[in-house]
Amino acid sequence: MGIRVAKTANEAFAEGMRQINPDVVAAYPITPATEIVQIFAQFVADGLVKTEYIPVESEHSAMSACIGASASGARVMTGTSSQGLAYMWEMLYIASGLRLPIIMAVVNRTLSSPINIHCDHSDTFGARDCGWIQIYSENVQETYDNLIQAVRIAEHPDVLLPCMVMTDGFILSHCLETLEILSDEEVREFVGNPPERENLIKSAIENKPITIGALDLQDYYFEHKRQQAEAMRNALKIIPEIGKEFGDKFGRYYGFVENYKLSDADIGIVVIGSTAGTAKEVVDRLRKRGIKAGLLKIRVYRPFPFEEIRNLLKDLKVVGIMERVEGMNGFCSPLYSEISASLYDFEKRPVLVNFVYGLGGRDVRIEDIEEIFNHLLKIYETGKKEFVLKYIGVRE
Amino acid sequence: MASIKELAKRDSRFVSGHRLCAGCGAGIIMRHVLLAIDKPVIATCATGCVEVASTIFPYSSWKIPWIHSAFENSAATISGIESAYKVFRREGKIDKDIVFVAFGGDGGTYDIGLQALSGAAERGHNVLYVCYNNEAYMNTGIQRSGATPKYAYTTTSPVGKVIPGKLQWKKNLPEIMVAHGIPYVATAIPGRWNDLVNKVEKAVKIDRFKFIEVLSPCRLGWPHEPELTMEISRIAVETCIWPLYEVIEGKYRLTYKPKEKKPVSEWFKLQGRFRHLLLPENASLLEEIQKEVDRRWEELLKKCET
Repeated sequence: MGIRVAKTANEAFAEGMRQINPDVVAAYPITPATEIVQIFAQFVADGLVKTEYIPVESEHSAMSACIGASASGARVMTGTSSQGLAYMWEMLYIASGLRLPIIMAVVNRTLSSPINIHCDHSDTFGARDCGWIQIYSENVQETYDNLIQAVRIAEHPDVLLPCMVMTDGFILSHCLETLEILSDEEVREFVGNPPERENLIKSAIENKPITIGALDLQDYYFEHKRQQAEAMRNALKIIPEIGKEFGDKFGRYYGFVENYKLSDADIGIVVIGSTAGTAKEVVDRLRKRGIKAGLLKIRVYRPFPFEEIRNLLKDLKVVGIMERVEGMNGFCSPLYSEISASLYDFEKRPVLVNFVYGLGGRDVRIEDIEEIFNHLLKIYETGKKEFVLKYIGVRE
Repeated sequence: MASIKELAKRDSRFVSGHRLCAGCGAGIIMRHVLLAIDKPVIATCATGCVEVASTIFPYSSWKIPWIHSAFENSAATISGIESAYKVFRREGKIDKDIVFVAFGGDGGTYDIGLQALSGAAERGHNVLYVCYNNEAYMNTGIQRSGATPKYAYTTTSPVGKVIPGKLQWKKNLPEIMVAHGIPYVATAIPGRWNDLVNKVEKAVKIDRFKFIEVLSPCRLGWPHEPELTMEISRIAVETCIWPLYEVIEGKYRLTYKPKEKKPVSEWFKLQGRFRHLLLPENASLLEEIQKEVDRRWEELLKKCET
């Protein structure tokens, strides 16, 4: 069984990678994700993994090498953050379009400019439509658990999509927390051997030519994209199955979202990542004052679990959607628009308001979340929605 | 070296049905490079003429495992494949030798793919990189690249009233690759198949990163008469514009020396992109190129002597 240890999220990522023991890791250093590859390179140097480690010259080549290795039938992992993820952009779409189950540990950091190394979700939210599964983590334990489950989700024959697992830069990546680490045997048994796929090396050995990445014009491209979209829908079925299997084996259950005191709530917030921990404390304080507050934490953002989200939120009166991203669309953040859209079909639905917070690692405090709930309470009491979006914790 | 009889008996691994232009040098290069390898091969290909013309889904001209992922990353993609092979081999999952070949045009090699190429060379993957150099971005319609010769017409270095085509010398990519300290660098042309096959055979026997650059006549972009493909590549050698040499562990060797060096105008006169250089008012430009070709040739001869 597992043992309790203290680790940062970067260490937990690296430890999970050691236990998964991938065939190939191709990675490039970037703050605040560098430690993952540093620690992993040491595992390679010490012979603790079978992995062929490719110290590539850029993130673009990291993802390109991952694509080559995964198309060869290997189990492949990498890690990055921010500008590194942005530099991979072109290859992210190609990895998912080629249906390669690559696993990527991502430490969320904002995007330049201005350059800043701290946490917000701009990097991975920018990559939200590139065909990757996206799983976010609240703490170090979830970072570790999500990484292990990601392998099974991505490699499932009905899915075969790449998957990125997120943790918050510095807040989690460099924060020591206690977590339960599974034994190597438990992880290896859980992830198993990757299901066999058609691949380049198999093709070479069996002398059966295969062409991957052909030019796909007007007469076939659409069908292939339609299949890819279906794979993302299939992931909606597979993710909770894997989460339940993980829970049955190890006691920690995972779904698309976490429902924190929403069932009878009048007002609530939606949040992603480490801020959920702080926000739960605020919910508890409000509950003590007799206010029916709740919280919805989104773990899986791609595929977008619209059924779960709208069913959990539809009976609330006011919902504040907190987001560590500025949409730069002159209107709202991405999550706000998607949650709005998922609720639109219901005649009775909550008032939604949007809060953008914590850009570039700006600290989010108890008082900030209390301020958000005060706005929600005011709307709840007056029935008046006087704004769509408010910025929290910024000088303006 | 395999004789032409032996080569003729081998199954072609780049087969007909592709949509490359009549007279395209690249298809010949692909076919010869792959024929020269008598082991299982896995190849990557950068975006470009060869990729778009040979793999229009659901058809493929490649009778080998082949992958295209993007433009600038043929060398990075093959790094991943070769690494997967290494771990499978180490784990005892496979025991067959496989040869890894990355193809790229000059755009995907000299320009946008230079970083990935340099990285893969520095890491020393057991890969043969073959650049088919048609001296411009031909797939997108003849735009200048870092491999386009000085004063050549392209659609982004047009010949105008005040500018006589591309104003810059091309990069010396074989030298850049030699500077990486890789064990094998060579130049070749489709018009000397035995030289090309010999070089590929030599290269794949070496267990590290190898680089061969093949001049690829482009009847559309240079343009030239399609039946002149082989001949025109030989004239590039005879004029010393494209010397045939190899560099083994840093040691230079000419693999063919023209009996009588021809003037560069012999090469220019067969191609539309240089037509303006043969006009009397551009005699000084022609002379400038001749001088530079002479200088580089002498420099190469010196390197081969030592």
